[in-house]
Amino acid sequence: MAEVPVPPLEKRVTDLTGTLTGQQQEALESRLAAFEQQKGSQIAVLIVPTTQPEAIEQYSIRVAEQWKLGRKGVDDGVLLLVAKNDRKLRIEVGYGLEGALNDATSKRIIEEFIVPHFKQGDFPGGISAGVDRIVAVVNGEPLPAPSAQAGGGKIPHPTLLGLLWDNLLVAIFVFWIVGTVLRGFLGDFMGAAVNGGLVGLLVWFLSASLLITLGAAIVAFILTLLEVNAGSGGGSYSGGGGFSSSGGGFSGGGGSFGGGGASGSW
Amino acid sequence: MHKLFTAFMLTALLALSGCGYNTFQSQDEQITASWAEVVNQYQRRSDLVPNLVNVVKGYATHEKEVLESVTASRAKVGGIQATPELVNDEQAFARFQAAQGELTSALSRLLVVAENYPQLKADANFRDLQAQLEGTENRITVARNRYIQAVKDYNVTVRSFPSNLTAMLFSYKTKPSFTVENEKAISTAPKVDFGK
Repeated sequence: MAEVPVPPLEKRVTDLTGTLTGQQQEALESRLAAFEQQKGSQIAVLIVPTTQPEAIEQYSIRVAEQWKLGRKGVDDGVLLLVAKNDRKLRIEVGYGLEGALNDATSKRIIEEFIVPHFKQGDFPGGISAGVDRIVAVVNGEPLPAPSAQAGGGKIPHPTLLGLLWDNLLVAIFVFWIVGTVLRGFLGDFMGAAVNGGLVGLLVWFLSASLLITLGAAIVAFILTLLEVNAGSGGGSYSGGGGFSSSGGGFSGGGGSFGGGGASGSW
Repeated sequence: MHKLFTAFMLTALLALSGCGYNTFQSQDEQITASWAEVVNQYQRRSDLVPNLVNVVKGYATHEKEVLESVTASRAKVGGIQATPELVNDEQAFARFQAAQGELTSALSRLLVVAENYPQLKADANFRDLQAQLEGTENRITVARNRYIQAVKDYNVTVRSFPSNLTAMLFSYKTKPSFTVENEKAISTAPKVDFGK
């Protein structure tokens, strides 16, 4: 059996079972959005039919790692996960909230506020009560004030790209020399092309990303070619790389999780 | 001439980063960090044990044996120094893992026994401790998985070309990782005895 895939994070409330009506989803959504505006914490609800063959804890941490709820560095994200057909649920707590929403508190929220509703088949009521309690607990925790723009911080460069970035000035200098020599031997166009190829090779080696490689190679090619007229100027060139996915919906702020929280069943 | 030399040095510098030296450094640091988290979570579990034993003692007076095995294996775990150097010593690593595994099974026996005491199960303090223990076990699992991943990344770098040359040069070796603790128990089929 294949693992259940993690659904893309588009809204705060993701219901893959059709348990909540559109209206109930919207009500929850706006409540959680308002809370993020006010407090900064990101809380999300996910309802899936099943997490089999994985245990709910395994699936839950995968979702949390992928969604990155909570602000980066504050790690104040919470995921309420319900696996309806497995009759299991879990509150996954980000690092920053493990003090307030600790394991015992999470367990109590599950057993005293959510499970009684679920036992009667009242899923909307259980989720709503659970979210209320989570919000109340998180509200009692002193956290950094939310920034002006809700929706969280930026995801940093991956490390290898960072390495390349750190060596960028060195690389530009080296390939400027190489390019000059190559143009002397091979002529302007061929020299630039070979230099571009070399840059591409190196970048590919370091970043293992074809997209970045291609970009760097093209930039190097053009710059080497332009040097014909530019002399030794060669100002600072910023090499592309901005993949900011500013989708319309909701996205995680980069918070981390370490497996804190509690699970329960009904 | 001087310029050429500078260019050569810079190229050498670049080649060095291309040979994975920096990758080794960052991956090694990643292992250290994830190991620290593993130890941290195991420590958290050890800290929970005395309270848990005390609560259970109050209700389950006849379960001396189980309680003693929990206390004994906790003492054993405490006797092992979980230093960062442990990750480079395969045998010490195995001992650490074995001791923690013993505590894991002693604790799960304790929780099984606790099922027989309704009053204990109803005790709020016990419930909180149980939730904390469950949460901590889950954190241990997560931390171990992250450690395994970090070691895997490192070991792949040690073995693959061209970074294996760098590894040879600086004698970087592959690091030990967690294995399934009850390998034997899993591979032997359970006995079903209808005799009695």
